[in-house]
Amino acid sequence: MLITELKAREALMPLVEGKKVFIINCEGCKEVHFPGKEAREFQKELADAGCVTGTITTDYICNPENMELRLQNHMEEIKAADAVLVFSCGVGVQTIANYLEDKKVYAGCDTYPLPGFQGVTPLEYKCDQCGECYLNLTGGICPITACSKSLVNGQCGGSKDGMCEVDNTMECGWERIYRRLAQLGRLDVLKCPTQIRNFATDDEI
Amino acid sequence: MKITELFERGEFVVSAEVGPPKGFHVEHLLEEAKTYLKGVHAVNVTDNQSSVMRLGSLAMCKALKDEGLNPIFQLACRDRNRIALESDLLSAAMFGIENILCLTGDHTKMGDHPQAKPVFDLDSVSLLHTVSKLEEGEDLGGNKLVGEPPKFAKGAVVSPCSDSVDAQLAKMERKVAAGAEYFQTQAVFEPEKFIKFMEKAKQFGKPVQVGIIIPKSAGMVRFMNNNVAGIHVPDEMIEELKKDPEKAKAGITGVEIAARIIKECKPYCQGVHIMALGWESKVPELLKAAGI
Repeated sequence: MLITELKAREALMPLVEGKKVFIINCEGCKEVHFPGKEAREFQKELADAGCVTGTITTDYICNPENMELRLQNHMEEIKAADAVLVFSCGVGVQTIANYLEDKKVYAGCDTYPLPGFQGVTPLEYKCDQCGECYLNLTGGICPITACSKSLVNGQCGGSKDGMCEVDNTMECGWERIYRRLAQLGRLDVLKCPTQIRNFATDDEI
Repeated sequence: MKITELFERGEFVVSAEVGPPKGFHVEHLLEEAKTYLKGVHAVNVTDNQSSVMRLGSLAMCKALKDEGLNPIFQLACRDRNRIALESDLLSAAMFGIENILCLTGDHTKMGDHPQAKPVFDLDSVSLLHTVSKLEEGEDLGGNKLVGEPPKFAKGAVVSPCSDSVDAQLAKMERKVAAGAEYFQTQAVFEPEKFIKFMEKAKQFGKPVQVGIIIPKSAGMVRFMNNNVAGIHVPDEMIEELKKDPEKAKAGITGVEIAARIIKECKPYCQGVHIMALGWESKVPELLKAAGI
């Protein structure tokens, strides 16, 4: 899942100030949390200043065929604008930028990953979809997301009072893994061969 | 010379550490190393220690070697991917550098470039495994090296006074399996914890050098207690440093404390590694006071 946050005012204003903009909002996608209230407040400000040539609010702007048809209905408004400002995740912005290749297309939001998947309440469990699941070697605790360094061969020297050196509110992932394996009577799993991450996995799908 | 040969000969191996500067003039550092570290078996060169950008470890190792010192090339996995690490290992071999120390490295967020991308493509264990493969004439990609493979004395680190010492021992075992031939430890201020650790660690059959920091002041050790993982300086030592600030400032108290720790740990380990942190000039008197 993803969360989008409105970019800082200082980042957005130089892009739109004194210019005409066309606005696209992507709302309704179950995978992405959209900052609706903040985005609308900012857009109202632009509209009040007479900067907005038109607005589309829809879902799944990442679907190119669907989006192409919708954009065609607004081509006059888009032509009248100096730039198109898209409030969506990074995929949506790229879809629009690819279709409107002669137009300045700007992202209104920053995109961050959010723990959990569609249908699951966001939880502390995170999956980076790394393509080589280590959970069977680590007592069901993910070393990629539970360890700040994503270490796959055990604890570094940076844990203090059981907490991570990078974030002292986060328990050391490898301490959790060690404890879980000890509890399961499976410390022998730690004697597995040296693990070497394969960053090519996602190319092979 | 490989420090593993010294361990094999039964020597109590002494190493000290130098940290390259944030600049490229090393004359002063070389002069200090030549003056104060002549008596040690090997000199570690840190690799962007604490994630603070400095002159490179490999270049400093070469400069030390040219001055007749025996360098230990520290490699951390934070700043380089496997290609760069392997390449630097071959460069080290070309310079005739024979000792390495493989570390994961502190996180970038701990240092002076917190915005930098932390690499950690490999970690300390997989780096040791990679060096072992290079020594067999093959890189981590499975490609043959041209000509004679490099050969290093492969070192690693362990944190014996960590509050998760069992997890540390499990990691130590993986490092041995991946090719570690000797260990240097995080600084020890609690000899009794170190001795307990060694009782368990001796099963791996690898020499261990006890890590020593010369405590400079009560403020410094309190800072370490609050901020440095795996280090705990007991209250009595803090009091000792507080008692006579002039004596502490002159380094006399620190050398006394460090020498005492070395003496207590010596029967249980195979060497000592001194992290002088700018007090390189105190190393000779420390070794003398510790009876080495």
